[in-house]
Amino acid sequence: MTALDSVSAVNGRRSNVLSIALWVVALYFLLPLVWLAVASTKSNADLFSTFGYAFGRTFAFFDNVVNVFTWSRGDYGRWLLNTLIYALVSAVGAAALTTAAGYAFAMYRFPGDRFMFNSLLAAIMVPTTALAIPTYLLFAGVGMTNTPFAIILPSLVSPFAVYLMRIFAADAVSPTLLEAARIDGASEMRIFFQIGLPLLGPGIVTVFLFTLVATWNNYFLPLIMLSDDSLYPVTVGLAQWRAASMGGGSTTDALYANVVTGSFLSVVPLIVAFLFLQRYWVSGLSAGSVKE
Amino acid sequence: MPSASLASVHMSTTTTGRDNALPRHYGAAYALTLPFYIVFVLMLVVPLGYAAYLSLFRTRMVGGTVFSGIENYIRAVTDAALLAGIGRMLLFLTTSVPLGLLVSLLLALALDTGLVRAARFVRLSIFIPYAVPGVIATLMWGFIYGPTVGPISQLFSLFGAKPPEFLSASLITPSMMNILFWEYVGYNMIIFFAALRNIPRDLYEAAAIDGANQWQVAWYIKLPALRPALLLTVTFAVIGTFQIFNEPNLLYPLAPASIGTAFSPNLYVYNLAFVQQNMNYAAAIAFLLAAIVAIISFAVQSAFQHRAGSMS
Repeated sequence: MTALDSVSAVNGRRSNVLSIALWVVALYFLLPLVWLAVASTKSNADLFSTFGYAFGRTFAFFDNVVNVFTWSRGDYGRWLLNTLIYALVSAVGAAALTTAAGYAFAMYRFPGDRFMFNSLLAAIMVPTTALAIPTYLLFAGVGMTNTPFAIILPSLVSPFAVYLMRIFAADAVSPTLLEAARIDGASEMRIFFQIGLPLLGPGIVTVFLFTLVATWNNYFLPLIMLSDDSLYPVTVGLAQWRAASMGGGSTTDALYANVVTGSFLSVVPLIVAFLFLQRYWVSGLSAGSVKE
Repeated sequence: MPSASLASVHMSTTTTGRDNALPRHYGAAYALTLPFYIVFVLMLVVPLGYAAYLSLFRTRMVGGTVFSGIENYIRAVTDAALLAGIGRMLLFLTTSVPLGLLVSLLLALALDTGLVRAARFVRLSIFIPYAVPGVIATLMWGFIYGPTVGPISQLFSLFGAKPPEFLSASLITPSMMNILFWEYVGYNMIIFFAALRNIPRDLYEAAAIDGANQWQVAWYIKLPALRPALLLTVTFAVIGTFQIFNEPNLLYPLAPASIGTAFSPNLYVYNLAFVQQNMNYAAAIAFLLAAIVAIISFAVQSAFQHRAGSMS
């Protein structure tokens, strides 16, 4: 932690009242996840008969993990893999498309640029779920529902990411540097790939992460687009397990623990990734919120 | 007032004016922008236009699909279920959303004072829910609200008290608000925190020399600097609130009676389109929602710009 916090940090003062208040707030945000972690170690019976924040009579975490991955011929593993593929392909595609566009909007003036950029800005306001029905019908018309493309193609378009990249490029890439490269006879494309891209690195990572998380979290679109279990991402799969666990009876009972452990297993890598990649969120968010 | 002048100095540091100096390289400019723009048109503009087109038709039991003009829209503005859903979202926008933003803002300001012990741990704890997908967060809270599995009910029962029924008709709205609050406060807090980090250090030194205290620094330096971040978070909150779907959709099996088919407009659109198969009416509502969001967002932006204009 840097000592440059603010006025008071300079002289190292700390406030007990403020500290305790914020620790209580931190507990509110952490306790549900602690419950999920504890619950994932319990057998289905213990889940219902022991206190939520105490461990159960048996430590069933590994049994649960085995159950999650072997249920219905290994659906869960396939869902995780699907999620990873959808998220990675969308994030790479979106980062490539928006980096090129954001850089060009920042570096060039060309006929129609204002119209194009303003239409992107207007589109930030359009709720993506409002697009889901017409998109579904259009995909159905060309026979592309129930394919990975139905998830990936709509996820490639992030007008907000172009807006972010434009701000980022205007800050990170100096026009004088481009001018020097032009005098040396470099083509515009070569300038973009060899001078622009390396300078845009942190911005690209930010857009990549935003799209990755958005696609990873996607529920509405795959819910309407996919009918085949084996194509589900983990969000839709877990929701389906939860719906099945409501049915009652002995076979559905085990699904309760499966939903809990499956949920826990799917968030652990995300939380780890967030903690490591934290600075990119902060830099990306500040680029979007500091400038107008 | 020395502090007021500090604020105005900060306000004037965000403009750039290099547009006229940019070179003309049309080939490269189009080669770089068109790939995105084509996908943008295909995946965003065309579906939006198609929704508008579909909304002007009506499917009859006998006789197929016929042009019906604005009939679907007339039906929508008098549809009690839709209006109740929109009303519920407006309730979110006027109560839990501002409360969440205020809490995010206060948390960011508190963490930025440097007065909090283990501030990094606190910041990460508050931010972590953002890493949890909304679907998982809702499934998890669904368990936590549960009458037998839920730890809150277990605590009530332990003391022989009757546990609150979180998913009953009277508590479902605050229970839903709590899930959204849990999911988004950390995200907004980080946006505010990042903006606070970008305030030039010398402003604090100047304020210290002028004898300003923490409250004055917060009021005259920090809050004005948070204006763009506030615009961003308010705009996203408006868009996000009208998109609410995951939470009511996933809690529905636990509490079908208190959620119903139209808790949020988006849930209603989903049920109309995929349960009742009434795509035309669903498209009209989807288009109407997009328009409402655009109008509210535009109003938010204008309000901010108006305030900015009167300040400088």
